[in-house]
Amino acid sequence: MTDFLTLSLADITAKLKAREISATEVAMAALDAAEASQGALNAFTSFDHGKTLTMAKASDDRLAKGEGGLIEGAPIAVKDLFAVDGVPTTACSHILDGFKPPYESTVTSKLWAEGGVFLGKTNMDEFAMGSSNETSFYGNVINPWRAKGSEAKLTPGGSSGGSAAAVAANLCFGATGTDTGGSIRQPAAFTGTVGVKATYGRASRWGAVAFASSLDHPGPFAKTVKDAAILMQAMSGHDPKESTSLPLDVPDFVTAAAASVKGKKIGVPKEYRMDGMPAEIETLWQQGVDWLKAAGCEIVDVSLPHTKYALPTYYIINPAEASSNLARYDGMRYGLRVEGQDLTETYEKTRGEGFGHEVQRRILMGTYVLSAGYYDAYYLKALKVRRRILEDFDQAFEQCDALLTPSTPSAAFELGSISADPISMYLNDIFTVTANIAGVPAMSVPAGLDASGLPLGLQVITPALDEATMFSVGAALEDAAGFKNRPEKWW
Amino acid sequence: MSVTEDDVRRIARLARISEPSDRLAALTGELNGILDWIEQLNEVDVEGVEPMTTPVRFPLPQREDVVTDGGIRDKILINAPSSEEGFFVVPKSVE
Repeated sequence: MTDFLTLSLADITAKLKAREISATEVAMAALDAAEASQGALNAFTSFDHGKTLTMAKASDDRLAKGEGGLIEGAPIAVKDLFAVDGVPTTACSHILDGFKPPYESTVTSKLWAEGGVFLGKTNMDEFAMGSSNETSFYGNVINPWRAKGSEAKLTPGGSSGGSAAAVAANLCFGATGTDTGGSIRQPAAFTGTVGVKATYGRASRWGAVAFASSLDHPGPFAKTVKDAAILMQAMSGHDPKESTSLPLDVPDFVTAAAASVKGKKIGVPKEYRMDGMPAEIETLWQQGVDWLKAAGCEIVDVSLPHTKYALPTYYIINPAEASSNLARYDGMRYGLRVEGQDLTETYEKTRGEGFGHEVQRRILMGTYVLSAGYYDAYYLKALKVRRRILEDFDQAFEQCDALLTPSTPSAAFELGSISADPISMYLNDIFTVTANIAGVPAMSVPAGLDASGLPLGLQVITPALDEATMFSVGAALEDAAGFKNRPEKWW
Repeated sequence: MSVTEDDVRRIARLARISEPSDRLAALTGELNGILDWIEQLNEVDVEGVEPMTTPVRFPLPQREDVVTDGGIRDKILINAPSSEEGFFVVPKSVE
């Protein structure tokens, strides 16, 4: 009866436009499915039936008049990092208890302007700090995928774990995420979904809770590359309210996704071949190379010599920016306040109780690397290495149009299996973090299953502003892989 | 470089986070693990390299310096833990 929930965004919007189904029916079915999954998956943090149904009704009215935007009538899930007017927005942190923004983020405004219907807020790592969705104040998200013959609970990845799980489990037709070091692409790879971040500045950060501002990239999760192009198109564009928003026209990503890749030069960076990488990932990567060769691409070996320094660089810049951004949570204007003897103690208690362990660790790290006597040795040094990493990309892109790499060094792992060791957790982002440091477009495309039946992704990275090539190469991989797998429903 | 428990206490004070007394030893160990790991950046030659503060490589426009918003006092106060008569209520900060 609700089989239509398994359709792609492109297919459901076609049905809605043809009035074979109403936006209200679709929204009600998605709400039912999402709420029914909560006990098992915990992908959402809040719903607002009134808002969802009002928006669906407005979509139906537009559709009846033959009007409507790019995603008219499609229910979209929103990472709890984006402000949605009147809806709790907490970044899954205790310190933002009860916060209901009286404003709307630019990205969600744009999605609603294109006819998207708000479905609910999705669970995430606290302030997007994590790679397994285990730091959320609202509990772990459970990956809808399970290994063959096992009922072990797997991570959906992080930080945008709820959005990834919601798309993989067919609870919505797309979801927003943010990617600071891999927080869209890693969960996309772990859940067999498509995850994209565009060039830094394409999608506005205004109204998204700030984490590490020079690294934060909003982007979509989708079921197909075409859907991801549609959503990225809807989310992008200049925003006068955001100082780093690019004042450039947005190319037609949807048309780009359908373009031929014949003659494109694909770079394979040798530094992404890591010691101890599972053979299955190596094999899949080679498979990707072969697929693109068969599609008419030319393969070139390239070198990004500073790759191994990307994560250590990131773990200076990211905590430094986070500690500055999170200084605003002081218990005075919004969120949690824990009273102390005086003002300073009130700040300290509020922040001590309001922030979880990982967030505190990053704030302390950031405070340290920015403090007098350490600024040059750590922060300034990291900013210089950051430029070296950017130069690596510049040189590689003189030889090729796109890079092909694995998205992650493993498939989804069991919840709790590595959360005790921060560095092991940080290493999850080893293939994704470089694109944040350089601000270049990157996407993860589901490309196959490992021996235990879990999805694996391949990553496509292109030069700044060339999302068009990224989408076309992503679509070529999708076509060749023929990845149609969805997790078997157990929830 | 490495940090001691005293350093962590001092950093927590700077960051206005109540002293993580029950986790102080663990936290010091974790921070030192991360600091050891980032030491490898010393291998990189950054002589003469300009620090990179943003990935934006295009000139960004400045908007006109005009008021675009305002008159929304009640909206601003709506999430305050404590407010009275149109003001935030905060602990006494001047003796």
